[in-house]
Amino acid sequence: MMRISNAKNVDGKIISLEIENHLISKITESNDIDEKSGSNVIDARGKLILPGLVDLHTHLREPGREDSETVASASRAATAGGYTAISAMANTNPVADTAGVVEQVYRLGVEAGYCEVNPIGAVTKGLNGEQLAELGAMADSIARVRIFSDDGKCVSDPLLMRRALEYVKTFNGLIAQHAQDPRLTINSQMNEGIISSRIGLVGWPAVAEESIIARDILLVDHVGSRLHICHVTTAGGVALIRWAKQRGIQVTAEVTPHHLLLTDDLVENYDPIYKVNPPLRTEKDVWALREALADGTIDIVATDHAPHPSEDKDCEWQAAAFGMVGLETSLSVVVKSMVESKLMSWSTLVERMSSKPAQIAGYDKQGGDLTVGSPANLFLLDPSAKWLVRRDRLNSKSKNTPFEGMELPAVITDVFYNGVQTISDSKIVPVPDSNSFNLNSLNQGKDLS
Amino acid sequence: MSSRHLISIQDLSKAQALGLLSTAKELARITDGPNKKLPTLRGKSIVNLFFEDSTRTRISFETAAKRLSADVINFSAKGSSVSKGESLKDTAQTLQAMGADAVVIRHGSSGAAKRLADTQWISATVINAGDGTHEHPTQALLDAFTIKEHLRPDAQDLSGVHVVIVGDILHSRVARSNVLLLDKLGAKVTLVAPPTLLPVGVTEWPVEVSYNLDDVIDKCDVIMMLRIQLERMQDSYFPTEREYARRYGLNTNRLSRLKSTAIVMHPGPMNRGLEISADSADDVRSVVVDQVKNGVSVRMAVLYELLGGAPINVEAGEKK
Repeated sequence: MMRISNAKNVDGKIISLEIENHLISKITESNDIDEKSGSNVIDARGKLILPGLVDLHTHLREPGREDSETVASASRAATAGGYTAISAMANTNPVADTAGVVEQVYRLGVEAGYCEVNPIGAVTKGLNGEQLAELGAMADSIARVRIFSDDGKCVSDPLLMRRALEYVKTFNGLIAQHAQDPRLTINSQMNEGIISSRIGLVGWPAVAEESIIARDILLVDHVGSRLHICHVTTAGGVALIRWAKQRGIQVTAEVTPHHLLLTDDLVENYDPIYKVNPPLRTEKDVWALREALADGTIDIVATDHAPHPSEDKDCEWQAAAFGMVGLETSLSVVVKSMVESKLMSWSTLVERMSSKPAQIAGYDKQGGDLTVGSPANLFLLDPSAKWLVRRDRLNSKSKNTPFEGMELPAVITDVFYNGVQTISDSKIVPVPDSNSFNLNSLNQGKDLS
Repeated sequence: MSSRHLISIQDLSKAQALGLLSTAKELARITDGPNKKLPTLRGKSIVNLFFEDSTRTRISFETAAKRLSADVINFSAKGSSVSKGESLKDTAQTLQAMGADAVVIRHGSSGAAKRLADTQWISATVINAGDGTHEHPTQALLDAFTIKEHLRPDAQDLSGVHVVIVGDILHSRVARSNVLLLDKLGAKVTLVAPPTLLPVGVTEWPVEVSYNLDDVIDKCDVIMMLRIQLERMQDSYFPTEREYARRYGLNTNRLSRLKSTAIVMHPGPMNRGLEISADSADDVRSVVVDQVKNGVSVRMAVLYELLGGAPINVEAGEKK
């Protein structure tokens, strides 16, 4: 049994909570200080207790690029960032376009034992945008894939997109679209605008994102399926999604932490640490994204955690890879951009980073309220403490963070995944075998926990 | 100059830019004499690191360095380790280990020179000889020098001079550097191009924009024609070579409307018959050959000031 005493929940109540057999076994509300102590008691005075975060957009790089990240290293980064579930994007090598690959990634996640690792399946074979991958086989596998995405590439063929949206209705799946018209973004390097015109980098115009969002909204309305827009970055994209939601079209959308805080003027020195796809946009876009996340037009925050080895960033801009790591800074960046600026409450933050993503993806052990009998996926944070981002201290194998040297709010102190403590006093705890399944239990599916 | 490097015209104040132009003029005066060579940079090692083919710019820098008695190493990417996949970082560190005092870099990627200057890869002085579609600062300096010599030899700056730059502004590092410098020196700049060859952010540049060359041809003091790359046609920036030449080329008819006092410029190499007709290129108002000559003087001035040569008048005294 583990007891967490005197933590404040999102409603502002002081609670003490007990964890037993992977579940929350008891919750007591108190105005008096709970004086129980012992090795199995965490005194959480001054700390917030929140349900574990859920990420629907994570690049784990395994299989294929284990030099930049593995399922295990990403899992550690995830737990350090307060995440108890992440979603492995399909653009690995080989591509996660078969039941075999998604089951392998799922199994690696279980073995790592730091968080749920839910594979996302490719929409098209090899992400080549020509032929549907075996979506049904991935859905029926032990990984129970429900989200399909060619992320990194856009499903640009409208007919193929239509078919994919229709096909996943069989198992209540959804298509997560990387909205980028490929013809409008040939060799694109950064946001097309005032900065790109001055520094001579090929522009990635907002319309390349917005035209695909508009098309896909109309397609999903026509066929009645579920569409999710990955990493929305533009004010125009927000307006289209708002319009679609007003019409009752089933579309959800995500924004990344970096697009909530950073703008394209950072590119001016050509430091590829700021090279990301979709690119950093303008201040006007950042404010539109923040407003949309606050009012729910954008449903969730997703990290788009994209690890790259140092040689892919320590070079000239055009030779560099697109992407930023984000798992370990995500919560703090959202607190900085949304909570500290009074745009969003802590309870809305929980909805955008935990309950809503779990609901969209159908992760039934994740994102619930902290109630007796529910799985103990939760974490503690000190909302008044600050921390300095230091790339060398990241748990991710790759260090490509754009927030290096920045002081960020909210320090995560303790994390519990599946009732087992994975972070204690802001440090990784070696996970006991009891949190990993053996392969026999794997064969019975994820419901065993 | 305040910076150790010359990456962008933005690195220069107006006074520094004018200072470079007057140093260039002084150096031109000296090297026009019987002995073209100065001992100023003796013992300094300058590497011409060219990742793109550019014979003209490379030999201009090479001539400038040699006239200042520097040792020059030409490093061309073709047929070198770079074509075998060596990174810019490793190439730079190799040059560093060989003791380069300055690296003159031409690179196809915008920002490559800036990266070389900003990172810890090398400690040498970096001079941008053209980076992608970003900047080509020594070209702008030699253009300003040429304009000043022809139109404002005794003035403080280029106030009152109207410069029209015609062509592929979108992909032109020459245009970007020229706009910045000409604006700094008080000239008025009008860009003329089809909208497809103008960047969307041009609205924020200190220039006027026209889609129609005939509207401005008779009003300018300088007309600068940019080289048009024929592959732009394949990408539908304009329909055909002939349509481009008709609408944006400097042809006989337009040449006749040009002020008699105006000058015709081109950074070279020229596509005769495309952006510039043969009679325009060879007209008395054409200063294309002067540009090449002035390029050497301006690059000498840049090398001289960045590499801390001995005071120039002492050298001049020795010559006399």
